[in-house]
Amino acid sequence: MIISLTYIYYIAGIFVALIALLAMNDKGNSKRILTGAFWGIYAVSFLFGTVIQPMHVGIMVIVMAVIAGFGGVGMGKHEEATGEQRIAQSQKLGNWLFMPALLIPIITVFGTLGLKDVKLAGLDLFDKANLTLVSLGVACVVALLAAIMLTKEKGMQPVKESRRLIDAIGWAAVLPQMLATLGALFAAAGVGQVVSDLVSAAIPVDNRFLVVFAYTVGMALFTMVMGNAFAAFPVMTAGVGLPLIVKLHGGDPAVLSAIGMFSGYCGTLMTPMAANYNIVPAALLDLPDKNGVIKAQVPTALMLLTVNVFLMYFLVF
Amino acid sequence: MTLLGIAVVIIGFVLRFNPLLVVVVAGIVTGIAGNLPFDRILTIFGEAFIKNRYLSLFILTLPVIGLLERNGLKEQAQELIGKIKAATTGRVLILYLFIREIAAAIGLTALGGHAQMVRPLIAPMAEAAAENKHGELPEDTRNKIKAFAASADNVGVFFGEDIFIAFGAVLLMKGFFEQNGIILEPLHIALWGIPTAIAAFIIHGVRLYLLDRKIAREVEQSASSHGKAKEGAAL
Repeated sequence: MIISLTYIYYIAGIFVALIALLAMNDKGNSKRILTGAFWGIYAVSFLFGTVIQPMHVGIMVIVMAVIAGFGGVGMGKHEEATGEQRIAQSQKLGNWLFMPALLIPIITVFGTLGLKDVKLAGLDLFDKANLTLVSLGVACVVALLAAIMLTKEKGMQPVKESRRLIDAIGWAAVLPQMLATLGALFAAAGVGQVVSDLVSAAIPVDNRFLVVFAYTVGMALFTMVMGNAFAAFPVMTAGVGLPLIVKLHGGDPAVLSAIGMFSGYCGTLMTPMAANYNIVPAALLDLPDKNGVIKAQVPTALMLLTVNVFLMYFLVF
Repeated sequence: MTLLGIAVVIIGFVLRFNPLLVVVVAGIVTGIAGNLPFDRILTIFGEAFIKNRYLSLFILTLPVIGLLERNGLKEQAQELIGKIKAATTGRVLILYLFIREIAAAIGLTALGGHAQMVRPLIAPMAEAAAENKHGELPEDTRNKIKAFAASADNVGVFFGEDIFIAFGAVLLMKGFFEQNGIILEPLHIALWGIPTAIAAFIIHGVRLYLLDRKIAREVEQSASSHGKAKEGAAL
């Protein structure tokens, strides 16, 4: 293949390395060395992640967590455009401003659907196994070029602007990846099996409604702990869904899967462990309460989970 | 004992320690409780961190968004929504929820996202729609609108994507049952997802519809408490 996911990670690595350098040189940030070190280590994980021994990466990860944990990632000083400047520019550029922003989703979708089988000199243009991610990376580069041409901004300005955004997000940017490592350790230590044993030990198995209730609510709760319904599905389905609902009570596995997974998603809406959906957006939107997005979603999630319990009860048998 | 890590997570989040630190401590505790040697724990940390780098690729959108914001992207989004007289916060977000869910259901999950759509476009439009109606908003109300903009993205994509037969989750379910000797058609799994998908749209749509009233009430309350404060000062 010509463009592989590795190259996209290189671009991300160079970008984060520039952020780290800017942070290191920012006299306005009293913790500039630690902040720079945090982003610097992160950049190394993008650039050399597959070359460094996994155990050493593990040490790097822990160092990052310790820096962030003791408040070492600080806010830098940024020169922002004033309100008048922004309004003047928006009047000059008008709706063209939307074009680069919309290019990101449009090119991502076009790349995912349209460039799947495109070959150049006998090689696949994009990495087929990671089509959407590669398309996203390419889309961001094209959109950035378009934005630079449109706004006629020069040199390091795009990186400076992203540092303003990334400083606002701070350590939360790394949280989704960090939680994925916890999921891996849960799996290696067999946490899932213990939980599903507990659930199946706690319910009277001959009551159809209670079995359905335990499976759907269990999916939601276990997803809240793991932060990911994909991790909860195999465990809960092997522990409760398959033996009790499908085999014992003769339920339909297709209904079980569809509604079971959606019950897990109700859990995703309610947990800080699903950081990329709940915590990162709160940071991106400058919400003072990091749980603000979760609070907006909890009522929807609980009502929908109730609907799921009854849908499953009436449809699965 | 293996559940000790879960306890660490819950306690850590409740006591508001830094989540990165909580997660790392929970990971180490889980590993030790599960009798894994320490170098194995470090290796799992490293491997999983590298394998999941894709989760952080959203940062690549930041230079584009930052540059456009510097040049008035938010202001232009507000300008545009101001021209549509029928636009309210609730209606803007219901429309976005609808588009996001339908797009995800036909496999276009990339059409949206918090960094790409919500921060630069959807949240400013939802805020502007309320401002055009009520003038300056109280800070709490503004944050609530932003949080609901993010929630519309999540609900839309979650409950749309499983309707698409080639989506990873559908293939995961099929794969799981195949291992257990049961053959499922992806189309059946997708079809049985539709009732929940519709319920999700209705429930969240109604809440977004009610959001308009909530905004009006909060603006009124803050105006009257402001007025009282001024009266008090005058006396």
